[in-house]
Amino acid sequence: MDFNDTPEQATYRAEVRAWLGANAEPRKDRPSVSRRLDAEEGLALAKAWQARKADAGYACRHWPVAHGGQGRPMIETIIYDQEEANFDVPTGFFSIGLGMCGPVMAQYATQEQQARFIPPLMRGEEVWCQLFSEPAAGSDVAGLRTRCHRDGDDWVVNGQKVWTSGAHYSDWGILVARHDSSLPKHKGLTFFFIDMKSPGIDIKPIKQINGGSNFNEVFFTNVRVPDSQRLGAIGEGWQVAITTLMNERLAVGDAPPPDFREVMKLAAACELDGRSALEDSAVREKIADWYVEAMGMKHTKARTMTALSQGKVPGPENSIGKVVSASKLQNVSSFGADLMDMGGVITDPSLMPSDALFQQSFLYSPGLRIAGGTDEILRNIIAERVLGLPGEIRVDRDVPYSDIPTGN
Amino acid sequence: MNFDFSDAQKALKQQTRDFLRAACDTTVPRRVLEDTDEPFARDLWQQVCANESPGIAIPEEYGGIGFGYLELCVVAEEMGRAIAPVPFSSTVYLAAEAILQGGSDEQKKRLLPSLASGESIGTFALSEGPGQATVANLQATLSDGRLSGTKMPVPDGDVADLCVVVAKDGDGASLAVVDLASEGVSREPVDTLDPSRSHARITFDGVEVELLGEAGQGWAIKDAVFDRAAVLFAMEQLGGADACLQMAIGYAKGRYAFGRPIGSFQAIKHKLADMYIKNELARANCYYGAWALSTDAPELPVAAAAARVAATQAFHFASKENIQTHGGIGFTWESDCHLYYRRSKLLALSIGSERVWKDRLISGLERQEAA
Repeated sequence: MDFNDTPEQATYRAEVRAWLGANAEPRKDRPSVSRRLDAEEGLALAKAWQARKADAGYACRHWPVAHGGQGRPMIETIIYDQEEANFDVPTGFFSIGLGMCGPVMAQYATQEQQARFIPPLMRGEEVWCQLFSEPAAGSDVAGLRTRCHRDGDDWVVNGQKVWTSGAHYSDWGILVARHDSSLPKHKGLTFFFIDMKSPGIDIKPIKQINGGSNFNEVFFTNVRVPDSQRLGAIGEGWQVAITTLMNERLAVGDAPPPDFREVMKLAAACELDGRSALEDSAVREKIADWYVEAMGMKHTKARTMTALSQGKVPGPENSIGKVVSASKLQNVSSFGADLMDMGGVITDPSLMPSDALFQQSFLYSPGLRIAGGTDEILRNIIAERVLGLPGEIRVDRDVPYSDIPTGN
Repeated sequence: MNFDFSDAQKALKQQTRDFLRAACDTTVPRRVLEDTDEPFARDLWQQVCANESPGIAIPEEYGGIGFGYLELCVVAEEMGRAIAPVPFSSTVYLAAEAILQGGSDEQKKRLLPSLASGESIGTFALSEGPGQATVANLQATLSDGRLSGTKMPVPDGDVADLCVVVAKDGDGASLAVVDLASEGVSREPVDTLDPSRSHARITFDGVEVELLGEAGQGWAIKDAVFDRAAVLFAMEQLGGADACLQMAIGYAKGRYAFGRPIGSFQAIKHKLADMYIKNELARANCYYGAWALSTDAPELPVAAAAARVAATQAFHFASKENIQTHGGIGFTWESDCHLYYRRSKLLALSIGSERVWKDRLISGLERQEAA
C-alpha cells in the first residue's frame, strides 16, 4: 500500500503544479470565481480556461488522442484535477459534456461524428447538456413522455424536459424520447444528440429555492432531428441512457464546501457559552463525524481510482459518495448557521463569515440530495446492485407504456 | 498511488479467513460465551499461535516473524469477522505494542519472544472502573518500585501472564510491567457485556514491578500505544461490521413476508444500504489508518482516531440493525445476532469510547493546524 506518487506521477504532479502556478491564482477563502460572476461572464472565462488547459495537454488527458486527449492513464487526469482544485479557476460548465456526453458519443457515434464533435466538446468550444428528466419522469426516468416519430430522414420530437443544467448556453444536447407507446416503457425509447439551436426548442430557466437558476425547462415543438444523430438502435435508448447515468455518478461525486475544514475554522472564531465554540465537546463530536465522512469519501475515491488505474471498471459503489456528501453538506451548513446563533439567519455576504457560504449552502444543499439520483434511488442501487437484494416488484415493467396509470 | 493491499497481503487475508471459517464458526464464540469455565478458546488459540499470527508484526530479533502492520491489519479484520474468542488483541495490539513502544532493547529481547509465540498471554490495564481514566484520577500507584491498586476490567486479565499497567507515579503516570504470577497479585473474572472475551478485576498489593519506559512518561507512551492499537481494533470492528451486513443480507433474501423476500422492501434495502455506506466509510478510514500505522506516518494520530471512530460507528450500527432486520428471532439467545452486538460494544469501549476518540481526532487536527 502506497499513498505516495510513483516517481513518474510525482514528476507529472510537479509539472502540473508549476503550470497551474504560472497560469492561475491559488484558491482563497472566498467564493470561487465561478460563483462570483454571472453565467455569461463565467462561461466566457471557463471556455478560455478549458481551451488553455487543452492547449497545454491537460484537458481529458485519459481520452484517446483521436478525441483530443493524450491517451494517458486515468491517474494523470485525477492528479491534474486534485491540483486544479487548489486554484481559483472557472469550472463546472463542462462537467455534463465531459462526464456524460463525451463518453456516450465516444461509444455510440460514428467515427465522423466523433471527429466533428468530441474535440470541440473537450476544448470547451461547444457546451453540451443532458435532456433526460421530465416533469412526470424524475427518479422513474424510463417513464418519460417526450415523443418522437420518424418522418423521412428525420425524427420529429414533441414534449418537455426539465432540470436541464445549462440548456440556455448549450450548443448540443443528448436526448431520450419515446418512439413507441405501445411497447413496455424501457423498450420504447430512442436516444439522440440534438442541436440546441434547432427551431422549436424553447428554454425557460427554473428559479430554485436558493434564488439561483442552474436548471431549465426545455420545450420541444415539432423539433426535427436527423436520423444520423440517433445514438444506438431504435428502441435501445434505455441502455444508452444507463451507460450515461453511470458516468454521471462518477462525474458528480464531489460536493462543494463548506466541509469540516470550514466549520472547524468557523467554530474556532465563534464564541459559545463564553469560550471558543471549538472547545465545546458537542461541537467537537460533530466535526469529528464530518471529518470521518469526508476522509471516508476521499479514501473510498482513492480505492476507486486505484481500481481505475489498474484498468478495472468502477462499480456502483461509487454512488455512496453523493449519498454521504449531499447530506453532509446540508448538515454542515445548518450547523454552521447554528454556530452564529441569532445572527445565523443573515444572508448578506458582506456581513457574514465566509461571505455567507453556510447560509447559501443551506439553501442549495437540498438540491444535491435529489440531483443525479435521489438519496433513495441511490440506496436502492446500492441494495440491489452491490448487495444483491431482490428488485422491487414492478407493476409497470411488462405492460404497454400507454396502459400505465398516471397520477399528477 | 496504490491504495490497496498487495496480492500477498490479500492472499494472507483469504488464508486467514478460510482458516477461521473452519476453526472458528460462530459455535466457538458461543461456546465460550455460554461456558463459564472456559475463559477463551484454547484449541483455537493454539492454532492461531501455530500459524504464528501473534508475532506477525513483531521484528525477528524479538522472536516475531517480522512481516509488517499491513499483514497484521488483514489478520485483525478476519479475527474481527470471526469474533474469535482468543486473547489476540490484548497480547498483540496492547501488551506487545506497549513493550515495542516503551521498552528497552533488553526488555524487548526478554519479554517479546514468548508473546510472539503465544506461549505467554499479555494484556494492558488502564481502566479502574466506570468513568474515564485520567492521570489525575488514577488510584493505582507506583512507589519504590512497587505497585498497589485495582484495575478493571482488564481484558484477559484472568488468564494473562504479563500485564502492562498504567499507574500514578508522583505527579505523572508511569507504565509498569507486571508478572501476574507475582506475589501480591490477586484476580477474579468480572462479568461483562461480552462473556466470549473474558475480563478480570486485578488487585495489586505492593507488587514488585519493572518500569516500561521513563518514569513519568507512562501517559505519553500509553497514548502512542493506543494510537497504534486503535487502527488494529478498528480493523477488527470493520470485520465484525461486514459479518453483520452479510448476515443481514442473507436473512433479508431468504425471509419472506407479505409474499415476498423482506429484502425487496425499501425499508430493509435502505437500512442495509446505510450499513454498507457506513462500512465503506469505515473501510476507507481503516485502510488509511493501516497505511499510517505501517509507515509510522506523522498522520497516524489523526488517521487512527478517524479509523477508530468510523469503525466503532459502523460496527455499532451494523450489529444493532442486524438484530432489527432479523426481527423477533434476532432477539433470541439462540440467534447469533447478539454475539456481534455484544462484541461491538466491547470493542467500542476497549481503548476508550467513541467520544474520547472524537476528541483525540479534533485535538490532532488542531495540532496539525497549528504546525
